[in-house]
Amino acid sequence: MSEGQASRPAPWDEATAASIVAARGQEPGAMLPILHDLQAAFGYVDAAAVPIIADRLNVSRAEVHGVVSFYHDFRDHPAGRHVLKICRGEACQAVGCRALVDHLDICHGLATGATTADGDLTVEEIFCLGNCALGPSVLYDGELIGRVDAKTLDGLVAEAREPR
Amino acid sequence: MIPRIFIPVDASAVSVGADRVAQAMAHELAMRGIAADIVRTGSRGAFFLEPMVEVATLVGRVAYGPVTPADIASLIDAHFLSGGHHPLRLGPPEGLPFFAHQERLTFSRSGIVDPLSTADYRAHGGWRGLEAALKLSGAEIVEEVTRSGLRGRGGAGFPTGLKWRTVLNAPTQQKYVVCNADEGDSGTFADRMLLEGDPFGLIEGMTIAGLAVGASIGYVYIRSEYGHAFRTFSKAVEIARAEGYLGRAIEGSDHAFDIVPRLGAGAYICGEETSMLESLEGKRGIVRAKPPVPALKGLFGQPTVINNVLSLMAVPTILAEGAEAYADFGMGRSRGTLPFQLAGNIKFGGLVEKAFGLTLGELIHDFGGGTLSGRPIKAVQVGGPLGAYFSADMLDTPMDYEAFAARGGMLGHGGVVVFDDTVDMAEQARFAFEFCAKESCGKCTPCRLGATRGRETIEAIIAGRDVERNLALVADLAEVMADGSLCAMGGLTPDPVVSAIRHFGADFRRPFRTAAE
Ligand SMILES: Cc1cc2nc3c(=O)[nH]c(=O)nc-3n(C[C@H](O)[C@H](O)[C@H](O)COP(=O)(O)O)c2cc1C
Ligand code: SF4
Ligand code: FES
Repeated sequence: MSEGQASRPAPWDEATAASIVAARGQEPGAMLPILHDLQAAFGYVDAAAVPIIADRLNVSRAEVHGVVSFYHDFRDHPAGRHVLKICRGEACQAVGCRALVDHLDICHGLATGATTADGDLTVEEIFCLGNCALGPSVLYDGELIGRVDAKTLDGLVAEAREPR
Repeated sequence: MIPRIFIPVDASAVSVGADRVAQAMAHELAMRGIAADIVRTGSRGAFFLEPMVEVATLVGRVAYGPVTPADIASLIDAHFLSGGHHPLRLGPPEGLPFFAHQERLTFSRSGIVDPLSTADYRAHGGWRGLEAALKLSGAEIVEEVTRSGLRGRGGAGFPTGLKWRTVLNAPTQQKYVVCNADEGDSGTFADRMLLEGDPFGLIEGMTIAGLAVGASIGYVYIRSEYGHAFRTFSKAVEIARAEGYLGRAIEGSDHAFDIVPRLGAGAYICGEETSMLESLEGKRGIVRAKPPVPALKGLFGQPTVINNVLSLMAVPTILAEGAEAYADFGMGRSRGTLPFQLAGNIKFGGLVEKAFGLTLGELIHDFGGGTLSGRPIKAVQVGGPLGAYFSADMLDTPMDYEAFAARGGMLGHGGVVVFDDTVDMAEQARFAFEFCAKESCGKCTPCRLGATRGRETIEAIIAGRDVERNLALVADLAEVMADGSLCAMGGLTPDPVVSAIRHFGADFRRPFRTAAE
């Protein structure tokens, strides 16, 4: 999906962006599908995409910008090479996700929303992954992992930071 | 006959290793030169047993679990392919205590069939509802759904038949069916399981809705957190189209219906129906004022049926078995079954489909086996982040819309989140406000500002500052939000807060906290 980083996002490219927008432009209510496709291609929605979308969908730039900023999914700048989303929903709270959020912060210096200085890993919060009987849950590069503990997190952080 | 092995590909089962088990199984069988088919299914919903592997034997299916890749060699040595004995052998899955006492109508196929085989779907009772509906007029279908007593499973419990009749009677050409698969409530996963484990059931239910009201296009709005479910469901739509179950001539009739799967973008409020319509139209998910109701002026301004996945999935059963058969289940004005979801700190977590009327305690103890930690239960939140917290002495409440409302709660989408005695209810109240502040669409002041103010006030209480005065302030804020909010986001956020204060007052008045004053 938008966070499936199995294939690394390409650097921003206006021509590619224009063809992505054109491919979907005919659909009724094409805005979200277009933004998802752009983010899948580039890892974020570049500000330069806003006028292209506005033109194609015949809406104002302000409107496109408003949509991009309304939804938590869409980024206006690239994330780290790996993305770890940790669930903070109630069912995961009931099995200790607060301690895991603290563990990332205290033991790895990764507060929620932070990206490591070298750009290897971004940590974000998320509210429910539909895995509430097997929490605590995380999504690592789009892969759902259940029954997570501090050791699982240590492993993921180490993997993300492995020298390439 | 080549042996058949069933291994779930459900996202939850995969989250604890089902893919690795399937790979190890394929590898080990190949090494030993044993021919067998591995069928990837959805999950039956006993998540505490996942990855659960089943084999088809002469006397029915036999289950083993939870299986790890390291168990595969010993399973084969123990002749599990013919149901042989092994420490992980569970026996026939239907006979497990967790399943034996369930009443499965909506979840009759998940975990059993190949989710992407229409033939398997038919062999397990699929398409019979649609074929019955094709012989009826729209009004007759609506009548059948009305008589079943079906109420919306997405949260509000609105009568489905009534909604459909409004759309049927709306005098326009273009109408829509929208399936709400946003499933934003924490503690819920029933919609996800069906999208992955029985997608043709939803396709059949939506098609019947289309026939009933005269709509030819349906949208399914799936939350982006469910990428796995989105991919499976999208594949199912393509298969159904290729095989004539969707498209210009449904099963050779002169009725047309098609489905467009759409991905949300991480906004809880887009589960609210009018916010969802805005989002489908490509806008920010700002809630619309009602009236007009979506049934008259919905997607792209046209009459629109919006229903939850579970509501639509109940429809094929109603058409195939008859309204009375469905209404025979349940109590009072809550007819049929509800798929409950046992989540959080629970020993046997998973999907329990039962007729309305069993108690919360029966659900948690008889099915769920109590807490995972083994510690006493302190609180239970039912109905998602906007649902009230119940204390351990309220577990005698029957699972029924009216009974829950009478105790200040709601069933919502059937999610049950259990907490043990280590939970701090002041922190839960703080979170309820934090969540509302983060997810509010921002349209009305009581919700947008009240939530932030509420969070700050609870933080002051937690710090032990002016506790009684601040508790009174929270009560006032709660009232303003409940009365002055346009939708249930701001309107119901006070419920978890107020119930936490009412039932767990001591957590807000900790001696060491007030001492710090
Ligand atoms: C804040 C908020 C979030 C909601 N989230 C969902 C949701 O995730 N899924 C859902 O089916 N209904 C949700 N609803 C309820 C919908 O607005 C609507 O009532 C429902 O989709 C109607 O379908 P039903 O009659 O089949 O239940 C939500 C409502 C509110 C106010
Ligand atoms: S109550 Fe909150 S979420 Fe609902 S319309 Fe008002 S601001 Fe939006
Ligand atoms: S609350 Fe964490 S997966 Fe549902």
